[in-house]
Amino acid sequence: MKIAVCVKRVPDMDVRFKVAADGTSVDETGVKFDLNDFDAWAVEAALQLKEKAGQGEVVVISLGPNSVQETIRKALSMGADRGVHLQADRIPFDSFAIASALAAELKDGGYDLILFGKLAPDSSNSATGPIVAELLNVPCVTAISRLEMADGRGTAKREIEGAQEIVEFPLPAVLTVDEGLNTARYPSLKGIMAAKKKPLESKPAQLGESKVKIEKIELPPERAAGRIVGEGAAAVPELIKLLHTEAKVL
Amino acid sequence: MTNILAFAESRNGELRKVALEAVTAARKLADATGGEVHALVVGASGIASKAEQLAKHGADVVLVAENDAFANYNPEATSAIAADRLKGGGYRVAVFATSAQGRDLAPRVAGKLGAGIVTDVIDVALNGDNLTVKHPMNIGKLVATISIQGSPAIVSLRPNTYSPVENAKAGRVENVSAPADAASSRVVVKDLVTGEKGKLDLAEAPVIVAGGRGLKAAENFKLVEDLADAFGNAAVGATRAVTDDGWRPHADQIGQTGRLVSPQLYVAVGISGAVQHLAGMRTSKTIVAINKDKDAPIFKVADYGIVGDVFEVVPALTEAVREARKGH
Ligand SMILES: Cc1cc2nc3c(=O)[nH]c(=O)nc-3n(C[C@H](O)[C@H](O)[C@H](O)COP(=O)(O)OP(=O)(O)OC[C@H]3O[C@@H](n4cnc5c(N)ncnc54)[C@H](O)[C@@H]3O)c2cc1C
Ligand SMILES: Nc1ncnc2c1ncn2[C@@H]1O[C@H](COP(=O)(O)O)[C@@H](O)[C@H]1O
Repeated sequence: MKIAVCVKRVPDMDVRFKVAADGTSVDETGVKFDLNDFDAWAVEAALQLKEKAGQGEVVVISLGPNSVQETIRKALSMGADRGVHLQADRIPFDSFAIASALAAELKDGGYDLILFGKLAPDSSNSATGPIVAELLNVPCVTAISRLEMADGRGTAKREIEGAQEIVEFPLPAVLTVDEGLNTARYPSLKGIMAAKKKPLESKPAQLGESKVKIEKIELPPERAAGRIVGEGAAAVPELIKLLHTEAKVL
Repeated sequence: MTNILAFAESRNGELRKVALEAVTAARKLADATGGEVHALVVGASGIASKAEQLAKHGADVVLVAENDAFANYNPEATSAIAADRLKGGGYRVAVFATSAQGRDLAPRVAGKLGAGIVTDVIDVALNGDNLTVKHPMNIGKLVATISIQGSPAIVSLRPNTYSPVENAKAGRVENVSAPADAASSRVVVKDLVTGEKGKLDLAEAPVIVAGGRGLKAAENFKLVEDLADAFGNAAVGATRAVTDDGWRPHADQIGQTGRLVSPQLYVAVGISGAVQHLAGMRTSKTIVAINKDKDAPIFKVADYGIVGDVFEVVPALTEAVREARKGH
């Protein structure tokens, strides 16, 4: 089983972001970066499938500046076999531009499965996986939280609003991974050492033409300061009054 | 290039609320271009009966693709139908919902057409031929204004940002033929396991009562359910602390890795207000928080806070909400 996992280097979200001087990008000073959580679950899924099959190869692909090699190394230290770095001076916002470059790399790879995260929390597009699937004309199931494989076919579960879809698909396929599919393993010390010696190929990305352009990035309007209505059950009547007369939701 | 296509999402033969939101947003755009709103609805036989509801919300034309292979969501055929229609030309924008289905469908359509796409949009505007959208990034801590080049442009709207508005139009019905191989899609939804009947979904509920670890144990979610019940139009949500412990299913999780919601009223019960949780609910219209720690970060975003023990405050609030709604 040959599996590709597309992984993105994303900022740690637990900070106060600043808009860069150009007004259209994020100031990266002091921001820490790591492998996207959804992508870590995708790497874990690939490793589990390979382990179950007893053979196969897990290839990790990431597009961006040289710093994404660190992200690829993290996936290699979890146990992936080799990495491909698609060079671009920055990670574009546009899913279509990224998807075109990933599809060009994946096209002749002979992969049985191509895994993505459901969403990258920085750009928040949740679009890259299904666009790649279309460009490659490969079946696609998005946002899966359970996966079973048997006889070259897969069954996946998708959580949708208030319900679940059970979806069947043939291989090769593109899947995007939601939370709940698994818990990602931590790289072991041995894994970290081994990852340093694993092959990591680096080549220019063939980015697609971008049809979307960020004109401006801003901080969202602050919520007006709220107030503490009171303490304990005694505050309930006042809250009810405010919900009725001020917020008009009751 | 003046018409706007609105994808009208349905499930089990019923339109979803997001379908009417898409038509409402499309109407606003078509009024700017001077074009028509075409609402596309895809479903099993009988779905044509929903045309009237779409016309009432501003569809000039209702495009109906009826086929029993569409009883469940059929991603390949549905995206092919939408893309074919858009390829036919004349469309400036195609509007989808950022629902589970729309997240799946819109990028497929963009991929087929090579069209520009922005998902999870909270505002969309046409000024002359300039299409711009607003899109939250970095878990809602930033908002980008983005322009999309070319026609058709694909956008998907965050649920609950465009309230359905009635604006009756002719709603001429046109049948759209399904692709010949509709029944032989490679990807097949074998089963749709629905939750309790009549239970409101987080994306559609005007009120959400969400519980956190402050509830101490799974069985205490009864307090949250009772409060939701008292509101009558509320759904129950949870934090990751709670879904991780298995007190509630992952589908109920609100936040960065869960659901994005923006109800009229959000009641946070025993929730600290971690950034990853706020990412999923900070666009709610009114936020109420109940927490025993007066310094809990949730109070920074809450319009109204009560400092107190959930086991004391919530039952009293439930009772008071029941009482207040009796008069209605
Ligand atoms: C990458 C990543 C993604 C994440 N994604 C999400 C996500 O999507 N959604 C999400 O929710 N979290 C997410 N988290 C987790 C998040 O950081 C918090 O850990 C989580 O939201 C905390 O949940 P909580 O508020 O229920 O629990 P806690 O933080 O433990 O808060 C419990 C609160 O209850 C109060 N309390 C306790 N007892 C009582 C009482 N008797 N009466 C009143 N108040 C009481 C306490 O004062 C406290 O404020 C994510 C974390 C990471 C790292
Ligand atoms: N620069 C990138 N390099 C590799 N994979 C990416 C990149 N950007 C996005 N992806 C993949 O696409 C998924 C969804 O990203 P997005 O569509 O931006 O929300 C991510 O979880 C990754 O699997």
